[in-house]
Amino acid sequence: MTQTFSIKGLTTLAVLAASTALTLGTPAVADKASNTLNVAFAAEPEPLDTYKIAGRQGLILARHIYDGLLYKNLDTGEIVPALAESWEFTGPLTMEFTLRQGVKFHNGADFTADDVVETLNTVITPEYGTRYSISVDWIDSVEKLDEYKVRINMSKPFAGAVEMLADALPIYPHAFFAENGSAGIAATPIGTGPYKLVSQEPGIRYEMERFEDHYEGSPKSGATIDKISVRTIPEMNTQYAELMSGSLDWIWRIPPDQASRLEGRVQIISAPIMRIGYVGFAPEAMDGDTPIADKRVRQALIHATNRGAIVDAFAGGASEVLNTPCNPAQFGCEQDVTAYEYDPEKAKALLAEAGYEDGFKMEMVFAAMPRPTAEAVAADLANVGVTLELNEQQYASGIGKWRAKELPAFFSNWGSYGIGDTAFILSNFFGGGADDLVQDAELATWLTEADTSSDRDVRAKNYSMAVKKIAEEAYWMPMYNFNVNYGLSNDLNFTPHPDEFARWWGASWK
Amino acid sequence: MLSFISKRLLVALLVCLTVSALSFGLMFVSGDPAIAIAGAGGRAEDAEAIRQAYGFDRPLVVQYLDWIGSALTGNLGQSIYFNVPVTEIIGNRAGVTLALGFISFLVALVIAVPLGVAAALRPNGWIDRLALVIAVSGQAIPSFWLGLMAIVVFGVWYGWVPISGADTWQGYILPVIVLSYYAIPELMRITRSGMIDVLATDYVRAAKAKGLPMHLVISRHALRNAVLPLVSLAAVQLGQLLSGSIVIESVFALNGLGRLAWESLLRSDLPVVQAIILILSLLYVLLTMLADILNAVLDPRLRGGS
Repeated sequence: MTQTFSIKGLTTLAVLAASTALTLGTPAVADKASNTLNVAFAAEPEPLDTYKIAGRQGLILARHIYDGLLYKNLDTGEIVPALAESWEFTGPLTMEFTLRQGVKFHNGADFTADDVVETLNTVITPEYGTRYSISVDWIDSVEKLDEYKVRINMSKPFAGAVEMLADALPIYPHAFFAENGSAGIAATPIGTGPYKLVSQEPGIRYEMERFEDHYEGSPKSGATIDKISVRTIPEMNTQYAELMSGSLDWIWRIPPDQASRLEGRVQIISAPIMRIGYVGFAPEAMDGDTPIADKRVRQALIHATNRGAIVDAFAGGASEVLNTPCNPAQFGCEQDVTAYEYDPEKAKALLAEAGYEDGFKMEMVFAAMPRPTAEAVAADLANVGVTLELNEQQYASGIGKWRAKELPAFFSNWGSYGIGDTAFILSNFFGGGADDLVQDAELATWLTEADTSSDRDVRAKNYSMAVKKIAEEAYWMPMYNFNVNYGLSNDLNFTPHPDEFARWWGASWK
Repeated sequence: MLSFISKRLLVALLVCLTVSALSFGLMFVSGDPAIAIAGAGGRAEDAEAIRQAYGFDRPLVVQYLDWIGSALTGNLGQSIYFNVPVTEIIGNRAGVTLALGFISFLVALVIAVPLGVAAALRPNGWIDRLALVIAVSGQAIPSFWLGLMAIVVFGVWYGWVPISGADTWQGYILPVIVLSYYAIPELMRITRSGMIDVLATDYVRAAKAKGLPMHLVISRHALRNAVLPLVSLAAVQLGQLLSGSIVIESVFALNGLGRLAWESLLRSDLPVVQAIILILSLLYVLLTMLADILNAVLDPRLRGGS
């Protein structure tokens, strides 16, 4: 959610006002006739090797080109077969997959066990440099059992294994990949997915065409749009102009205030996503020499912040105030927890009890959050005598200071990689690692057990205990779940998903 | 003349070296590049792996010497973000910026100089007033606003030109107009003030007195003297235009050097940032040096005592 170069407010108003006043000669007409979906991103997609990249833009393109062994149907929450026809745990640390037959790569090669073995065994090596070690470090090795059967030997129990195999770990054609490596596959992406890449200017422009030989029974089947053309247009206002004039059909991440102004001219859809905003408190920072180390102070700060008003004013759409340090849509995110309603009087009482009746001063860094939200928090806290020294930083600098234990409070957000499982947020911040500035041994034990157990009930129980304790101890001030506004041409049918992966194979014209 | 040029060259080299060392240091001051590369979902372990993979754990001086060593042999390294050679990326992006920069510069020059001369001939006349309006508005209107208004009117409303992108030559029309509009005021004003000074000199009066037609007085005597400060300013302006405008490139979705530099800074793509800074500082010193030489050619007084 990095806002790179955006010129807001007045300008949008001016662009929209001008275009209204002049009345568009022709209404927005999509590129329906040539059956091409025209898409723009504000940020440049990274090279199209899923294992090496982090940005949603590149990953979305990659998911149209490549397939994983499994796929998650987000409507039902079910894991369904993709390149693997069926799978089972044959031991605590082994999984076996029966692969689908008759699947073709975009270059005509047949998909077999060799592709799975070569791809996964390559990306787990440290030399390959897979971006998120968490995604592959649970795989010890992959064996070929026969032409259409493979076994994955796990290096440790990992509850997210199946989630990871569901489209996050794509399979590349073995001969090409072995010869050309990461740079080669990024330059000439070849997959089994519903769309094939026909040309690209990396970071600038991508042209995809529907793959006619996409395998039967694919969870990504049924694409009706022939071509997808993706461009990078950094300035949102330019995207609006292109969308209104009909030369774009799909844009996203439109700020709430601008979305409401565009409404009526184009289709605007708001959809909730996995990402949540939070203020992390660090009792461990400054060797514990901070008011934040006192539980009553943390509780007071949450009581003092009018989160409902902040959500209404700055997030809008499908966003809601959270009481949990995880997204309610995630597995294990217990909702029956201590809630801290907006109550400045109670906050003052708690502060007085903790010995801070005259308030105190502390620094809060915020990163990748809109400035007004941070200012609103500061204004609310000022009412109970707490002075926040706000400091806006790039995420890298902010989290760097956090890890160095120099910050009592850090205001940012976390996307859980778009995965609907509490493991992907709690374990990072409360599991005892570098981002954990609470260092609560009991929490870490519960979480480790939950993360490595394959028993769903054990996991649910442990996450529930952890979430309750974090709320009770007020280790975090959860803010709200994010939402994304999509701008679509009036002719387009498109369904957004909470994992922020656009599925254009499901899009169609009205 | 030769010692003049070689002295200039030496200074130019030192400037480039200083700029690159400073920028290298600043990149590290502004935050840990390993964390920035690991991205918003990166865990401390991922950042650590990146730190070692790219050698960010070595002393800064070692890293810098390492970089400058390969740069001197023509190897600018590999982009961390795109995983391809830096020269390839810069090659892909430089074309747009060069075309845009040169055309805008020429357009600005062709409009600014005659306008400046005309304004100087009749100070406070209507041309002078018009020129003043252009200068003031050019300096006061933010370029992104003007760019977006141009898009709304000529792209959305009339549909005469593409709204964004540089797929066709028409895509350059609006950005060139907007960009040159911002180069015009300074060029014009310096031409005007230079001309007013020169027109009041004795040699111009003498030229007029001997009965030369006015256009010859201007072109042979006045303009050649008034143009000296213009040359220096034009070199700086050309440098600015060629280094790419982040704002114009963003608004019109042109993927040039300006945006590449900005984006690479945000994603801590050190090799790309360093290469762009090196190239741009070279370009600047080269242009100012050319301006000095050109001025020395135009005005013998500047060649130094010999």
